[in-house]
Amino acid sequence: MFDIEVENLTKCFGDFCAVDRLSFTVEHGEVFGLLGPNGAGKSTLIRMLTTLVPPTSGTARIHGDDIVRAANAVRQTIGVIPQAMTSDLDLTAEENMGIFAKLYGIPREQRRHTIRELLAAVDLAQWANKPVKMFSGGMRRRLEIARGLVHEPKIFFLDEPTTGLDPVSRVAVWEMLSRLKRERDLTILVTTHYMDEADKLCDRIAIVDHGKLVALDSPLKLKASIPGKNILEVSFAAVPPDWRATLQALPEVAEVKAEDHVFRISSNNGPRTTVELMDAARKAGVTVASLSVQSTTLDDVFVHYTGHQLRDALQAPDAAASPFMLRH
Amino acid sequence: MHRILAIIERDLRRFRRSPTLIVVSMIMPLVQLVVLGYAFGGKVKNLQVGVVDQDHGVPAVKLKELCQAVAANARTFNTVAYPDEAAALRDLREGRISAVLHIPPQFSRKVLAGANPRVALIEDNTDQFAASALEGTMSQMLGPYNQSAPPPRMSAHATLSVVEVYPYVPYIQYLLPGTIVLAIFVSAMIGGGIIYIDDKARGLHEGYLVTPIRKFELILGFNLAGAAKAILAGLVLVTVGSLIAGIPDPLNLARLARMLVLVVATALALISMMFLLMVRVSDPLVPRATFGVLNTVLFFPSGAVYPIQAFPTWMKVITAVDPFTYAVHGFKELVLKNTGLLAIGPDLAFLAGFTVLAMVAATLLFRRTL
Repeated sequence: MFDIEVENLTKCFGDFCAVDRLSFTVEHGEVFGLLGPNGAGKSTLIRMLTTLVPPTSGTARIHGDDIVRAANAVRQTIGVIPQAMTSDLDLTAEENMGIFAKLYGIPREQRRHTIRELLAAVDLAQWANKPVKMFSGGMRRRLEIARGLVHEPKIFFLDEPTTGLDPVSRVAVWEMLSRLKRERDLTILVTTHYMDEADKLCDRIAIVDHGKLVALDSPLKLKASIPGKNILEVSFAAVPPDWRATLQALPEVAEVKAEDHVFRISSNNGPRTTVELMDAARKAGVTVASLSVQSTTLDDVFVHYTGHQLRDALQAPDAAASPFMLRH
Repeated sequence: MHRILAIIERDLRRFRRSPTLIVVSMIMPLVQLVVLGYAFGGKVKNLQVGVVDQDHGVPAVKLKELCQAVAANARTFNTVAYPDEAAALRDLREGRISAVLHIPPQFSRKVLAGANPRVALIEDNTDQFAASALEGTMSQMLGPYNQSAPPPRMSAHATLSVVEVYPYVPYIQYLLPGTIVLAIFVSAMIGGGIIYIDDKARGLHEGYLVTPIRKFELILGFNLAGAAKAILAGLVLVTVGSLIAGIPDPLNLARLARMLVLVVATALALISMMFLLMVRVSDPLVPRATFGVLNTVLFFPSGAVYPIQAFPTWMKVITAVDPFTYAVHGFKELVLKNTGLLAIGPDLAFLAGFTVLAMVAATLLFRRTL
């Protein structure tokens, strides 16, 4: 049995389908990353899987339970960290956790123990009795992760958990997630805009665009799947007039872009192109000022599959952006 | 049950930590009680009345003395003597005086002859309250003046003897029942309207919806939490308001207990009404924009500030379905007449029925999904 099984899942709003016949499975213990441009349908997909939005058609099962027919069983199995920070600012960290423990019907004794343990796990034990309004963004996010685990879920859904955090907090959040996953035997489905994070932490990555699945594999295989596996950035002291054509003619070179004396070369075989390039430079008497070889990143993979086009689209106004709300 | 209590606990903890909100929801109605109570309740005093005496006879002098007696005692008006009518009328038009009492020539002669003597009161009727106060005092003043001759042994005039069942009710006390209901309403509006929608917009409800909480637990939790805050506001107004308005024996425990029953019924009715109105709203502007309109539409047709009997038919329709009407009527019975619960049975029944209907409708409209 897969922990998450998605079959032809579709959600349409009128003529527009935010999620269009998506199918995939996630195995137990996997960290499954969901990448895609803004408006690709990632949040709608997560909201369907977490029973917040009913699908238009198709099915999905979480730990064997249907997301529509057995919604309450699904809710008991999953932990969810929504995109917006939803902890209560007037309440302390411990109170926030306590309320949710009660909503999940956890008995009093276990409640106290679990809350203490989880707050320690996210390094917030010393702030347990402080109101959340005094917390930084990173602390709030960690608290929400602890809150999402209060009922010991088997599957954890996180919608952009590190958006808006500084680099140090981002690293802290991901390290915590990796540790919690190991210790608690979790399956994690996460969406993010940070490709480096997804690369390091996800076992498999699905790239979604226009509500459809465009690629699904491990980060390594995804990177290997696109042309131009390495990028060489090389600058020369001075170059002869047809130097660009010489570089283009080197073996395994896919593409050459030039700006004055700096060249950016896409190569299908970085090491070989590097050796040939040094040879060619020596023969022509051209001095290499600097040279760096980069592997293909997930950014390249992402752009390869989703294109460069900006996804400007109108969307419903965000009620949370209203200037009329009370404080916070 | 645990889940309902969790929702209530969360709401009340937040409430305790937002003293500003507590103060606003209770102080605003109290301020209104005091300001409106004294703005409308007082007697009109110190109006300026010009007197033009073209008669100068003894009865005319007597009439002017009566006017001065009023100026010295009830102080409804002060008199200013004018030598001629034109000057007095000019000052009346220019707003320096509120009325002109004109004693015409031949007044004394007609009084002595018993030939239908008349004096004229030319008044600035743009202010109805001042004008009617003046008319009332003048008519009263002329009453004893008419009876200066010994009355006949037998009289054919029918007279009306008025028996007042309750002690005199100053306007501020008349206003108290409406103010108690208003405090409960303000609290329901803030708790059940503004905070509810703000929480929804911030995504706090999303956090609830991914837990296994059931729809009715969620609705009951929201409503009971809102009602608890509204009841608190109501109880503060019942006690502090009674003290401010000078209700006799304000801390009578039996009456306070009866008031508590009505406060609970009112709070539940108003919070469930608010929840029904807001159940599909997500824009934080909406509860704020409707606050003033709702207040006007519910408060004024309820009989809180003016007798229902004076309303036009279309307004009486609002009055009939407005939960404020029944709450205000109930509090009037308890506060002003100190009646038992039996007397407000129909009010309690309406409020309970209204609560059930609003809750059922809200539950049907409430979506467990986003």
